[in-house]
Amino acid sequence: MPPVLSVSRLSKRYGETLAVDGVSFDVADREIVGLLGPNGAGKTTTINMILGVLEPTAGEIRIEGIRLAEERSRALERTNFAAVYAPLPGNLTVRQNLRFFGLLYGVPRLDARIDELLEQFDLARFRDVKCGFLSSGEQTRASLAKAMLNRPRLLLLDEPTASLDPSVARDVRARLREFVGRGDGAVLWTSHNMYEVEEVCDRVLFLSRGRILLEGDPRKLPGDHGKETLEELFVTLAREPLALWRERA
Amino acid sequence: MRWNRPAAIALRHFYLMRGSPARILPLFAWVAVDIVLWGFITRYLNSVSAAGFDFVPVMLGAVLFWDFFTRVMHGVTTAFFEDVWSRNFLNLFATPLAVSEYVAGLVVSSVVTSALGLVVMVLLASAAFGLSFFAYGAMLVPFLLVLLLFGIALGIVGCALVLRFGPASEWLIWPVPALLSPFAGVFYPVSTLPAWMQGAARLLPPSYVFEGMRRVVAGGTVSGLALAWGAVLALVYVVLAGWVYARVHRHAVRTGLLARYSAETVS
Repeated sequence: MPPVLSVSRLSKRYGETLAVDGVSFDVADREIVGLLGPNGAGKTTTINMILGVLEPTAGEIRIEGIRLAEERSRALERTNFAAVYAPLPGNLTVRQNLRFFGLLYGVPRLDARIDELLEQFDLARFRDVKCGFLSSGEQTRASLAKAMLNRPRLLLLDEPTASLDPSVARDVRARLREFVGRGDGAVLWTSHNMYEVEEVCDRVLFLSRGRILLEGDPRKLPGDHGKETLEELFVTLAREPLALWRERA
Repeated sequence: MRWNRPAAIALRHFYLMRGSPARILPLFAWVAVDIVLWGFITRYLNSVSAAGFDFVPVMLGAVLFWDFFTRVMHGVTTAFFEDVWSRNFLNLFATPLAVSEYVAGLVVSSVVTSALGLVVMVLLASAAFGLSFFAYGAMLVPFLLVLLLFGIALGIVGCALVLRFGPASEWLIWPVPALLSPFAGVFYPVSTLPAWMQGAARLLPPSYVFEGMRRVVAGGTVSGLALAWGAVLALVYVVLAGWVYARVHRHAVRTGLLARYSAETVS
């Protein structure tokens, strides 16, 4: 059985700038993988390529073995995403948005699925409210409900909890753990909140200047590199990526 | 093509229209103003011109046909602009939606809204000024079809230009029908134009419609060959427009323009 996501030697060049430089990794079923790195490390570029909205300069992306470049629609039927910078259209109600995206993803028994998600994400009372009138936390929940519509095998989340208060963020993390626990699929997650990453992710990839510098269990990695916390390790890698190579040497 | 996806684009447009008088009003208001304005102009012209010539089917009919064409073009671009205005490209194109399905959805939205506008125009023009569509006979169908196809083609090219050059270039798209109207011979025979403008008119499918319309009203017969050529031209433009949009979309995906479009919209 192929991994849910397989990224192989992925690169993206903008003129002289190499935003992503030969990145390879897999995400297995029931796994939550954190994509970490400082701003400009290439996380969002990588996610955009996996979402099919940015064409790689080189490399290959497979979703459940399906090549994204060759069978885009078939591959993307198995994915969904939520990002803090991509809210649902504010001029449609929650229900209209879910119906619109549900049709695009070809969700069977859509009405029942929408009702289920409205309950699950505590959005039932906002079903007829335009998304633009929701608070940022409610908008995030609506985006997550959209992201779950098609029961994706691969869920891509780009800083999904960035605008949430700690209580709602904890709730969101619990729902995602539940999603993976049910065996519904896998998650690729970016976040700058190291506490959250430690709590949620099974594995993390540290990205810097478009390359994966480090990979492993977020609970063990700090100790393995002589650091107290994941945040300390993050700061070290963000400020001095070469320190890791010196340490290895 | 999976038809649920173009249907989703059209449904989204229906939701937006339903909840927004500001979107519904322009469908009828501007065309109604045009019909009223030109209705009175034709009535005045009828009163001062030599007896026997009826300006209503020529002038008012021309306004009606041209407004229909304009509505079709703007219908396609407006459905596209909704995604620009709501910064929805990332959400939209991260779905399995294919470019052809997206464009088909824009076209379906436009056809429905333009048909509504046409019905209002016809009712107003016939009730207030006595314009009868029966005056054009069976040629009405090919006339509308050619205008529909050319409106779709221009609308798709308009979307491609805005995708390529950014949200601000939307202002270049709105006046396109007005820029073309002097060449298309909407209110006068193409032979009135200087030679270089006649050359341009021959490349515009609407010019064949308006030439044919004047001939029908004058009691002559429309050259089937000329109208067929207009239809072929319009079809070729639709295919070319689809090709241009696909190229621009591909460029936007390759260069990262599509992914960054939201940021540009904000700025």
